[in-house]
Amino acid sequence: MTQGTLDLQGVGKRYSVSGASFTALQGIDLSIPAGEFLSIVGASGCGKSTLLRLIVGLERQHDGAILLDGRALDGPGLDRAIVFQEHRLFPWLTAAENVALGLLTSKRSAADKRRLVRDHLDLVGLSAFADAYPSQLSGGMAQRVAIARALVNRPRILLLDEPFGALDALTRTHLQGELQRIVRAEGITAILVTHDVEEALFLGDRVVVMHPRPGRIASIIPAARLPLGADGAHDRADPTFVRLREEVLAQLAPADAAPRAASLAA
Amino acid sequence: MSAAALAPAAPDRDAPPSAATRRAYGLLPALALLIAWEASSRFALVDPKILPSLAAVLQRAVTELSEGRLLGDIGASLARDLVGFALGSALGVPLGLALGLSRTLDRVIGPTFNAVKQIAIFAWIPLLSVWFGVGEEAKIAFIALAAFTPAVVNAWNGARAVPPKLAEVAEVLTLNRWRRLVTLTLPAALPSIFIGLHLGLIQSWLATVGAEYFMTVGPGIGGLMTEGREHFHMDLVFLGVLLLGLIGLALNLAATRLEARALRWRSR
Repeated sequence: MTQGTLDLQGVGKRYSVSGASFTALQGIDLSIPAGEFLSIVGASGCGKSTLLRLIVGLERQHDGAILLDGRALDGPGLDRAIVFQEHRLFPWLTAAENVALGLLTSKRSAADKRRLVRDHLDLVGLSAFADAYPSQLSGGMAQRVAIARALVNRPRILLLDEPFGALDALTRTHLQGELQRIVRAEGITAILVTHDVEEALFLGDRVVVMHPRPGRIASIIPAARLPLGADGAHDRADPTFVRLREEVLAQLAPADAAPRAASLAA
Repeated sequence: MSAAALAPAAPDRDAPPSAATRRAYGLLPALALLIAWEASSRFALVDPKILPSLAAVLQRAVTELSEGRLLGDIGASLARDLVGFALGSALGVPLGLALGLSRTLDRVIGPTFNAVKQIAIFAWIPLLSVWFGVGEEAKIAFIALAAFTPAVVNAWNGARAVPPKLAEVAEVLTLNRWRRLVTLTLPAALPSIFIGLHLGLIQSWLATVGAEYFMTVGPGIGGLMTEGREHFHMDLVFLGVLLLGLIGLALNLAATRLEARALRWRSR
């Protein structure tokens, strides 16, 4: 894995809301090595979604530097892909056509594109629904199509903005496992933003905890502290996992109620 | 097996009426009107010179058909209607899309268009008669104008109605202006464009009658009615009214069917 290293150096973002300046993000320093699955967890308003919008290029004005493999980013590009909380599929296109949308600006041959679309529908287990319209799919299936659309161009970075936030608990748990399998199969760098602590701990190799007003990094839970199960996945039932979850939840509680968080540096 | 499955024909009082039942309900007033019409002439409640009997109107239809004139009149009206509708839509939809896509055009042309569209359609008749003469051209221009306005307004609205969340997807996927137009803006505008075409079809059929009735006399259903009025053949006038209603209904139905087909991604 040589490509897909993301460096954030002193990244900040200010908005001007009816004349007043509002700091959404401040002093974000993060180095994400290629192939890592990084989780970012925080309460709403901590700027975690803003961070993804900066990385994907939907917002261009910011302080500091965002470097992908050492090169500064300028606007959206096919080296990065994003999955939003809503599937955002085009309702007039079938599942396969929606996935193919991700390849529209790619210079690959038509045969290559057809194969890639087929392979990625296969990857998310929806080959049988290639010709279905989004309105015919369940929420979980539609979100899988959105994941396939994001991955079809083989981006270096996959950004996930609360991708399972709108799904029911059962589907969510199932898709978390699926996502882990898919990201490992593709071997790409992934950044997941969520307010679900268990999801962050289950999927992330490392977990970044963010605090709001202004949005900043509160602590980073290193890979060494997350217990690995026999299958190489994080074990939700492991006592260490449960303790860690309580610890992060305490950190996310409103500042006045939170006990002093122990240092999380390993 | 449940009782409901054993007796599928038994109607459920609480269940909403089926589509066929609802359609049948919708036909009731028309049926009642026809019965009242026939009864009033049967029992000589009205002067047949003012309200001819249904039978007399049907008799007139048969006579006109056998003389070969009726089909010619229907054909002339329909052809005029469709040519005008096609012309108005072909000009209106692109203009509406352009207005919706270009902020500059919206600012420059928008206010003028919105002012001009307030002019009642029939107020254009004297102007169009002078500009396009007394022949077929003036009628078609009038019908085209009737289809033009709703085509512009709705294509305009449609082109502006692209969901911002999907626009972000297009941005992330680095779609250029052309690809964005084809994959996002036009499909997103299509439901609205269809509303405009549908309204245009109804408006242009009304305008067809108006053109035939208020402009120069020529072949067509309007001409047939003018003739009936001038010779006090009320059966001919009524035949015209019935034809106008039925053809309008058929056009409306055809438009609804086409719309449902083209937008099938929406309803499934």
